[in-house]
Amino acid sequence: MLSSLHKQLLNNYQQDFPLSPTPYLDIAEQLGVTEDEVLAAFQVLSEQQMISRIGPVIAPNKVGSSALVAMAVPEVELPRVAEQISRYSEVNHNYERENRFNLWFVLIANDERHLQAVIEDIEQQTGFNAMLLPMLADYYINLGFELNLND
Amino acid sequence: MDVLDYQLLATVQQGLPIAARPYAAIAERLAISEQEVLERLANLKHQGLIKRWGVVVKHRQLGYRANAMIVMDVPDHQVADIGQQISQSSTVNLCYQRPRQGEAWPYNLYCMIHGKSRETVLEQWATLREACGLTNFAWEILFSRRCFKQRGALYRQPELAARHG
Repeated sequence: MLSSLHKQLLNNYQQDFPLSPTPYLDIAEQLGVTEDEVLAAFQVLSEQQMISRIGPVIAPNKVGSSALVAMAVPEVELPRVAEQISRYSEVNHNYERENRFNLWFVLIANDERHLQAVIEDIEQQTGFNAMLLPMLADYYINLGFELNLND
Repeated sequence: MDVLDYQLLATVQQGLPIAARPYAAIAERLAISEQEVLERLANLKHQGLIKRWGVVVKHRQLGYRANAMIVMDVPDHQVADIGQQISQSSTVNLCYQRPRQGEAWPYNLYCMIHGKSRETVLEQWATLREACGLTNFAWEILFSRRCFKQRGALYRQPELAARHG
């Protein structure tokens, strides 16, 4: 069960985590608890894998070149192909989705040329075509994820 | 961005240490001052390269097990308006325009809904469709099944940046 401190840490610091020498102390002061309590609570959230990290979310395509990629892979081949793709250091999210295009992953490369080279390599290695879906516009402004942790 | 910015991003991508002086720990790894780490991060954020700086939650672990990507085919001249309208909804997490891929994949607008159950997500999508006047457009909803890999993006320093600083 999450305490109210855990919930506050999860919900209130996705966007503007303090950029000061003592961020955890700043948070403690904002929430009226001690720095040790904040550190311990973040430790728990991290150990229980409720947060993946405290860090940056980088704007797509502002640094390097990225694209969403989709593939249509027969069910029996999916574990092999997914594993081959996950091995690339340029791949981050790699998901199976319910669709005729059933494998979806995000590729991040240094530049356009690198991106194309990785795609060609993936197609050759897996034997399946890759559908490249780069971002053209990002409409989402309300950053962070509002969690309903009350039920 | 210079070489040090790339190194800094690569380091903080692994996560800020959970310790009293986390930025000092990062600074030590890069052999620069704590003050410089803070200034550079603030600058990268100000430039919009860092879209947000903070806690990155794991939806699945927090009970948000239904993750749907919704793709829509909307008229090109309306895509920006509809995209902005959809993004206002508190149920939507991401909203991107992407290029159509002919008849095989005619969709140009993508959004993401994370919900606690499949039913909730379907209800939220139905509400959103109604509210944003999307009932006449073709769409598909793609729930996620297995997650094969998930981690923060890894950014390397491009050769050009390394050469020219």
